[in-house]
Amino acid sequence: MNTGQTPLVVVENLRVSFPGPTGPVDAVRGVSFRMARERLGIVGESGSGKSVTGRSLMRLLPPKARLEATTLNVSGHDVAGASDADMRKLRGRKVGLILQDPKFSLNPVKTVGQIIGETWRVHHGGSAREARLAVLRALEQVQIRDPKRVIDAYPHELSGGMGQRVMIALMLVPGPDLLIADEPTSALDANVQTEVLRLLNDLLMARGKGLILISHDLALVSRFCDRVLVMYAGRVVEELAARDLAHARHPYTRGLLSCLPRLGHKHAILPVLNRDASWLEDGAL
Amino acid sequence: MVSVENLEVEFGAVKAVQGVTFTVSEGASFGLVGESGSGKTTVLRVLGAAVPVSRGKVTIGGRPVAPGKDFYRSLQMVFQDPYGSLHPRQSIDRILSEPLLIHGLDDHEARIRRALDEVALPAAMRFRYPHQLSGGQRQRVAIARALMVEPRLLLLDEPTSALDVSVQAEILNLLSELRRQRGLTYVLVTHNLPVVAHLCETIAVMQHGKIVETLESDALRARRASHAYTRQLIENSLELEEGDPQAAPANALPAGAAKFR
Repeated sequence: MNTGQTPLVVVENLRVSFPGPTGPVDAVRGVSFRMARERLGIVGESGSGKSVTGRSLMRLLPPKARLEATTLNVSGHDVAGASDADMRKLRGRKVGLILQDPKFSLNPVKTVGQIIGETWRVHHGGSAREARLAVLRALEQVQIRDPKRVIDAYPHELSGGMGQRVMIALMLVPGPDLLIADEPTSALDANVQTEVLRLLNDLLMARGKGLILISHDLALVSRFCDRVLVMYAGRVVEELAARDLAHARHPYTRGLLSCLPRLGHKHAILPVLNRDASWLEDGAL
Repeated sequence: MVSVENLEVEFGAVKAVQGVTFTVSEGASFGLVGESGSGKTTVLRVLGAAVPVSRGKVTIGGRPVAPGKDFYRSLQMVFQDPYGSLHPRQSIDRILSEPLLIHGLDDHEARIRRALDEVALPAAMRFRYPHQLSGGQRQRVAIARALMVEPRLLLLDEPTSALDVSVQAEILNLLSELRRQRGLTYVLVTHNLPVVAHLCETIAVMQHGKIVETLESDALRARRASHAYTRQLIENSLELEEGDPQAAPANALPAGAAKFR
């Protein structure tokens, strides 16, 4: 896009539907975008299709979901046409996924050392001792102050911020080209959120990786990404540079922005979003 | 309405709340902010008689906090997650009847209809189940349930953090409107500074079980905080700067976030 290099992700006319009681429900209705090794934000409300879009890039969808795309290419691999065996090679190695709550996405009956060590040995081979050293290095990279203690801790013994650092360390072990972070900091406080995001940013920038940040938090995405896709009802309604988000043109994006209570402005009554049927159609802005 | 003096709460060896003092007058709206583990939710649960007081004095409407029917009629709680706080196998009608049955109130029919009306839910929602409702509608049901017994005080624990911003605005407007109509007193716990500044006149900032600063919402809006921790919270409260897009370049995360761990 903004550079001459080969795009990391090319998505053309992605459609995902789920069977419903009255016929298929379209979760994603023709999404197209491409990205280089940059930071791309996807924002929208629940049900807008932003998470399904992110998961489609790894083909991590429920078996009943129906995925169609003219092109779905991630890091040079055709995701739409790949076999299940090929997808297993792609997941982790080329694309990592960070979910909202580390408490649910880390194995609760294994220690941090076992969780990260297993991944390391799958991808790099080596002895248990080498794996342990690699885990300690990985934990240091994500700025965990006491890796020797954390390596033997279980996920429930970690704070939210610490758990998310472990998750990031785990995802970086195979050295993927792209990380998809789906609401990575929504369960965290503002201060911890800033720390985790800065860490993620520094690690990815230092390695020249791509990041897709999926969030409902417009302010967060505008500060943290290069570009933003705004999704509504399964479609991208607006695409713009993150720094211009405050000057968005689509009425949906503008409506979302005006709903936010702000420290700087005092409202007795907050503006609410009045949805317009035309936002569902193609060709708006 | 609410008076808390030198409140201390201990869970075994953990001192969750270490000497907290504040008062909330009738009809006021008081906010508690701080990170997880700062003790803000524990203070709220003490007010709801869900956590015992280790030391200190807590009164609501001049009476000490004590679990019991009379006490629970004077205050009600609204939780963060409307998905988790409504019984999944009870209809909305049943959910709203429960407090009426417990407190022996009459005229269920009219009360339920009025409650749905007040939280702007269509009457047709009455015989649906929570899973058939959207997140915002469920939070409206949770608020309606809290109001069934006509409490004077509402304890709000992150009432909008599980909701989309457009729905958040609707729920915040509903809470403002209900407070104006009924003269309710609110105690709100949240980590979202713009939300607390919107809904509350007075805000206490908690860290490590203590209140480090109490300030008016206007002071918070003007970013006049005296304690370093409050200033850090304000700095980290990511907001979109509307004025000049060049003033807030992308990636400009505020510095110094690690200082107060």
